[in-house]
Amino acid sequence: MSKSANALTLVLAACLLGSIIAPSAAQQMAGREVAKPAGKLGLGRAATAEEIAAWDTDVRPDGRGLPVGKGTVKQGDDLFQEKCASCHGEFGQGVGRWPVLAGGAGTLKADRPDKTVGSFWPDLSTVFDYIKRAMPYGNAQSLTNDEVYALTAYILSMNDIVKDETFELNEKNFTSIKMPNAAAFFEDDRETSEKHFWNKNPCMKDCRPAPKVTGRAMSIDVTPDGKSGPKVE
Amino acid sequence: MTDRTSAETLNRRRFLGAAGLAGAGAALSAIPTLAGETAKSEALITDVQDWQRYLGDGVDKHPYGVPSKFEKNVIRRDVPWLTVSAESSVNFTPLHDLDGIITPSGLCFERHHGGVAEINPADHRLMINGLVDKPLVFTMDDIKRMPRVNKVYFLECAANSGMEWRGSQLNGCQFTHGMIHNVMYTGVPLKVLLDEAGLKPNAKWLMLEGADSAGMNRSLPIEKALNDVMIAFAMNGEALRPEQGYPLRAVIPGWEGNLWVKWLRRIEAGDQPWQTREETSKYTDLLADGNSRKHTFVMDAKSVVTNPSPQAPLKHKGRNVLSGLAWSGRGTVKRVDVSMDGGRNWQTARIDGPVFDKSVVRFYVDFDWNGQELMIQSRAIDSTGYMQPSKDDLRKVRGVNSIYHNNGIQTWLVRSGGETENVEIG
Repeated sequence: MSKSANALTLVLAACLLGSIIAPSAAQQMAGREVAKPAGKLGLGRAATAEEIAAWDTDVRPDGRGLPVGKGTVKQGDDLFQEKCASCHGEFGQGVGRWPVLAGGAGTLKADRPDKTVGSFWPDLSTVFDYIKRAMPYGNAQSLTNDEVYALTAYILSMNDIVKDETFELNEKNFTSIKMPNAAAFFEDDRETSEKHFWNKNPCMKDCRPAPKVTGRAMSIDVTPDGKSGPKVE
Repeated sequence: MTDRTSAETLNRRRFLGAAGLAGAGAALSAIPTLAGETAKSEALITDVQDWQRYLGDGVDKHPYGVPSKFEKNVIRRDVPWLTVSAESSVNFTPLHDLDGIITPSGLCFERHHGGVAEINPADHRLMINGLVDKPLVFTMDDIKRMPRVNKVYFLECAANSGMEWRGSQLNGCQFTHGMIHNVMYTGVPLKVLLDEAGLKPNAKWLMLEGADSAGMNRSLPIEKALNDVMIAFAMNGEALRPEQGYPLRAVIPGWEGNLWVKWLRRIEAGDQPWQTREETSKYTDLLADGNSRKHTFVMDAKSVVTNPSPQAPLKHKGRNVLSGLAWSGRGTVKRVDVSMDGGRNWQTARIDGPVFDKSVVRFYVDFDWNGQELMIQSRAIDSTGYMQPSKDDLRKVRGVNSIYHNNGIQTWLVRSGGETENVEIG
């Protein structure tokens, strides 16, 4: 008891003195000591090929993981109207506040950008992977591979990335499709582009002119009433 | 049996008695207690109260336990207009009602993409496949036989404060900052599981996948996976709550919450990232020039004053306690400064309680308030020397279309009556 109380005091004292290494190292070190296994534990069993095939449905931008299959824009259109349009709209324009899939080209610098599959998504594989694993919403993993190819083709068509309704998407031509916004993504550069946020000696006194209120949440007034939360039994 | 009957009789009498006394109690309840005044007697003290006279509940009334009924407003809340479906939505931790550094399990904010998966732990399987020597399947029993660790970490959604990029919008730190919680996780280092399968030398990325109806999947660099990532089955000493991924979730310390895949069922090793929906169409940061940052995993240093705040206004002149939370995904919080005048002058707050790596800290400033208007701000400085920027400085670099990673300094305006509002200042 007294031992742990002392440890806490040390942690607090270290913090107040500005030495942050001690508490951080303490938490990490405790993990390392316990975590080191002596060789293999011999736990778990081999996964069968059938089990891996059942779960390993993910698809990467280089086409790895694409199943054999095919579907045309026209087939995708029919499927989309049946299974997707109630949320996404007949042309991917969105229904109510459900996601918009098409349009938005040229809006990414605008005040209210429309980030759709066509205007924003850098990789077509993302479309296939996501439809296959999560769509239709509420009935996931109910589509065949051919259906996913067809729906992906229709989404390309809605975004004018393919123009011909007889176009067939399959595992062979999939990676030849380039998305319009693919070149606009770059790796996290905060440590250089935001280097000026590292500032160990910030101003403490008379740091700026007297501030004025320039915006108020109350003038927008969209905050839910704090008393109207769900009932607690 | 006799005991039960008599207790019920007493309860009935207690109910009748309470109804009769309610009026008298209310009339005497407002007693001024300012120093120097002669205090008047309170009936709450001079009269014997029901809770002292009659028997209370027996031991098994709440076999798990629930908060006091007088704390019924301390709950997660959602913003109904924010999402179209409750199954793919988010609610918010009531930060203004909490203290210390541990978030109670039942108040940790929820974010699901296809509802809460209900999984019997006996039926749960975790598969490791891809670039490994031997693809493996683990049961929960297997995982619970592995060496275990306990760590306190914050989990912050990258979209926390995302509604505030264009200006003040929501009144309450529950809504502006409540997509964060901080708990103690119990689980197994991911490295232990990967060692069992044997990573191939060209394995550079992992894909984590959930067993929910969204099949949530994210790519994770192998260096992070081998460093401090955990596979957790417990939080705050109990099994994970269903809404937090029961029976198994990923814990990715200091990195955006979307990576912390819940209901974790599969880990695939590969040589490049997967570019899943959640890492291309979402969780990328669109800048003003139309280009986007990707793989912005780390949560920068951030803080918020939780009290006073719009849902917790100042109620008394004289002595008050200002309190708040600070955190950094890059390490520990080294210091928190607080300003009462909108950033003109700052004082260093007192941090109390444990200071852990990639965990929140609790800070306090004890102060006297005479009813003057306050513009309250806090700024965190972390162990790398990163200082939480002002909202305007952040907007200069990121624009206002960024959605994610808004860690700008928050301003609360406290008016002379104590009412507190979320404001922007210039």
